[in-house]
Amino acid sequence: MSKPPASASLYFSVALVSAAALACEVLLTRLLAIVHWHHFAYLVISLALLGFGASGAFLSLAGSWCAARFRACWVANAAGFGFGAPLCFALAQALPFNALEVAWSARQWGWLALLFLCLALPFFACANCIALSFLRYRERIAALYAADLAGAGLGAAGVIGWLYVSPPEAVLQGLAALGLAAAIPVGWGGGRALRAASAALGLAAAFLALAPPLVPLAPSQFKGLSQALEVDGARVTATRTSPLGVLSAVENDRVPVRHAPGLSLASTSAIAPQVGVYTDAEHLRVITRFDGDFAPLRYLADSTSALPYHAVRPARVLVLGAGGGAGVLQALEAGAEEVHAVELDPEMVALVREDFADFAGDLYRHSRVRVHVAEARDHLRAGSGRYDLIQVAALDSFGAAAAGLHASSERYLYTVEAVRAALERLRPGGVLAFTRWVKVPPRDGVKLFATLIAALEERGVSDPGRHLAWVRGWSTATLMVRGEAWSAAEVDAIRDFARTRSFDLVHVPGVVREEANHFNRLERPWFFEAAAALLGPDRERFFERYKFHVEPASDDRPHFSRFVKWAHLPELLRLQRQGGIGLLELGYPVLVVTLGVSLLAGALLILAPLAFLPAPSPRSPARAGVCAYFLCIGFAFLAIEIAFIQKAMLLLGAPVLAVAVVLSAFLVSAGIGSLAVQRSAARGLPVRAVAVAIAALSGLYLWGLPAFVEAAAALPLGLRAALVAATLFPLGVLMGMPFPAGLRRLAAAAAPWTPWAWGINGCASVSGAVASTLLAVHFGFSAVVLLAAGAYLLAGALERVSFPRSG
Amino acid sequence: MYRRRASPNHEAPLRWCFPILVVAGLLSAASGVRAAADGYEEARLGMLEAVRRLVADTRVETGRAALAPEVMRALEAVPRHEFVPPERQSQAYENRPLPIGYGQTISQPYIVALMTDLLDAGPERVVLEVGTGSGYQAAVLAELGARLYSVEIIPPLAESAKQRLDRLGYRDVAVRLGDGYYGWPEHAPFDAIIVTAAAGHVPPPLVEQLAPGARMVIPVGPRFAVQHLLLVEKGHEEGEVFTRNILPVRFVPLTGDH
Repeated sequence: MSKPPASASLYFSVALVSAAALACEVLLTRLLAIVHWHHFAYLVISLALLGFGASGAFLSLAGSWCAARFRACWVANAAGFGFGAPLCFALAQALPFNALEVAWSARQWGWLALLFLCLALPFFACANCIALSFLRYRERIAALYAADLAGAGLGAAGVIGWLYVSPPEAVLQGLAALGLAAAIPVGWGGGRALRAASAALGLAAAFLALAPPLVPLAPSQFKGLSQALEVDGARVTATRTSPLGVLSAVENDRVPVRHAPGLSLASTSAIAPQVGVYTDAEHLRVITRFDGDFAPLRYLADSTSALPYHAVRPARVLVLGAGGGAGVLQALEAGAEEVHAVELDPEMVALVREDFADFAGDLYRHSRVRVHVAEARDHLRAGSGRYDLIQVAALDSFGAAAAGLHASSERYLYTVEAVRAALERLRPGGVLAFTRWVKVPPRDGVKLFATLIAALEERGVSDPGRHLAWVRGWSTATLMVRGEAWSAAEVDAIRDFARTRSFDLVHVPGVVREEANHFNRLERPWFFEAAAALLGPDRERFFERYKFHVEPASDDRPHFSRFVKWAHLPELLRLQRQGGIGLLELGYPVLVVTLGVSLLAGALLILAPLAFLPAPSPRSPARAGVCAYFLCIGFAFLAIEIAFIQKAMLLLGAPVLAVAVVLSAFLVSAGIGSLAVQRSAARGLPVRAVAVAIAALSGLYLWGLPAFVEAAAALPLGLRAALVAATLFPLGVLMGMPFPAGLRRLAAAAAPWTPWAWGINGCASVSGAVASTLLAVHFGFSAVVLLAAGAYLLAGALERVSFPRSG
Repeated sequence: MYRRRASPNHEAPLRWCFPILVVAGLLSAASGVRAAADGYEEARLGMLEAVRRLVADTRVETGRAALAPEVMRALEAVPRHEFVPPERQSQAYENRPLPIGYGQTISQPYIVALMTDLLDAGPERVVLEVGTGSGYQAAVLAELGARLYSVEIIPPLAESAKQRLDRLGYRDVAVRLGDGYYGWPEHAPFDAIIVTAAAGHVPPPLVEQLAPGARMVIPVGPRFAVQHLLLVEKGHEEGEVFTRNILPVRFVPLTGDH
């Protein structure tokens, strides 16, 4: 049978299926974060992307059979993706997997494995569509790859925009419809049966697009929202969704919501009526009833977070992470004249301003309150004015946002650079305060204290201890720092605040051991001992000997929540068997597990096809060389992408925006690069030259980044986003070249091997993404970029070895 | 409004009713006999052994090398498999928490034992439990002869716990459907309070209903994980409240120097 040339409709279909798949990746991470917890979402979706690797292995085996039935196979796989995405999610949701039980039962690991296999299916189907197109139209590989990348880029930006207007379960159905629609242009060109199938798929797509969500989200029964709804009288009275998370407002007239974290045990005040707001079915924040009378809000002065209002009398207050407004009310109740509330999630602000405006007494339109929808670090840099108090309400908002699209939003608020920026925004005598949950054994509080000390020292403060204070209750602790030393009267006020509320001092100038473990007794005065060690001459020794990683976080290594040290791995494993692992932060161990599993599965998927592929002839490329080439560029592409997403967050604030802008800029520009490869002469582009250019350009960006951020910070957000996209564009164009260039040569020399290379690239992308994140934790994002540049150079050098007589 | 719904026969002032305590003792002895013939004897002994080992293992963290013998006997007497869903009965005596539906769990036996021991809830002591759940903790406390008042907020759990405790002979445990935030003022002050569903703060009414010198224990942290135990101790002087944070897990020392 003669082969017609690749038509425009095929490019369209490839782009469409690719857009749907990338959007699906982002979306499933969101959906799983709602149903389970975001760590597991990350783990499962990272591994599900191995479906791309599996597709490579599968087509290495069955490629020629499938290519001979190109249209039918293409339609089947596109339909597989379209039907598979919602069905596999429904199935995954129905599995009796309980993320919280993994420490106790091997059975749960089995369910977890099944969960990820289930979710890998749609990605497998989508990858088959793309790789099949490569196999069938190997002379157009670079152009098809360009369509694939451009589609993915639009999918990344599109899904985030879509999540602003539709709830995630509706978006899932929409993506399924797009997947089905992608089958139609290909199927329509086939025989009568294929046409009929296409028509049926079109109907199904229309149905899915128009029908209300068929698979409702069912959060785990152990999530906060599910538990709140079990209580008699509880009901969800408002829901708002955005890519930052699904907000569910819960009211209960019979058993009221009463959220007052850190409330003193000595407090006898009643809690004012509240509406509970859950983000992704977890992370409770509250909207408090307010009618202008502050008497029912007395209890707000009895939490550790009220400390700064007693130490100093702030007139102008900035609340970072305002959420439902508890921190704002606390400031007003304490007599602040002007309160600026910064909240990342516009939907949260809308709940207070619109849905519960009456209940909240129009708090966010109060004459003494100004609301800013912004990311905290961004607001510190771009906002104007100075404050007597900057309150970081970590309990309220940022922990919640961390459950959203990328679990990293709090990072840039807890770095040495962020603390310095905040200190710059204080009026003389002003205070920067942080409130966090008390964790035992102490770790995040200790790390924050170390960060504050480092920031003070960078400002040239010789005796940081005189500028710091730290008070703890049984559940929360509040740390304060400022540019000036505390006066004796202020120290007395802090002492008085703590004593009357049964809180203990951890640090104030002149603190003694006896004050540190009186009301809330620990086995030892751990917090006091840590603070004393950090302020004393033995700080380095303390960092080294302390069981957790508590060295200050920086903008280059902003992983505030990483506390695990490798040396404690045996203890971690023992704790896991005891069930005590839940006492520790799971983020880092989950990354390690994900990397381990992805490397193992990747190795299997890369090695297995070798048994089936035709033996290499003298003319065909060296297998080891080909493998190394595609591993290098697969890793390097993701490493640079992830590093620049992280760096862009500094400039663009909200992680969601950084992801959308950087991902789509890179993917679309890489598509253009791939198109350039298609247009280039038959011998192809010299990959070596491209690799050198990538290395040089990424090095240049790294070097120029601080100045760039500085210069662009004052621009409006839209302009900043455009500037980031435009700057990354040339780099993306170059990065889009090595893969199609290599694939094209491979296709010319040994066509059946192209799916294998496609699979290698898929596996390297999965492991590469996880490995880059882990590398960044240890060595910083700059190191990741340099490593990626090195990988590109290596790929360039491998070009001749890998494709010796290609043409 | 739940308060009115509580069945009145549970509210008789029983603290002076010694004969009834004797009956309770007999009943629990009876349940012990029944438990001895339920086919789970070996599993229960295994569970006790696991608890004993873990207690010894965590003596530095908890400050006790062994639990009171009465607590261990109570643990041996209560048929734990009756308190878990049928499909989980085979796991009932493993030293781990189990789901009981409605997003709730039955705590790890070791934690139940440790909390019971911390409460010092012997005969005639008046104890308030906030969060009945399956009723297992209540049964263990009842075995010790404590006079137990238990409040559960989730209607079907309250109903099934009430029936289960009745069926197993723990008829003196008063279970009420309602909001535990306000305690059970009619029976206050309490010699001990146990709160199984923890929030970010300790309800002030509960602190108020605690007798001077008495203790409240609250597990803090996510479900299924081993949790911190917060021990709230009310001093003998007005307004004096202390807490102790007990980590029921063996941790290697923080800096390796103690």
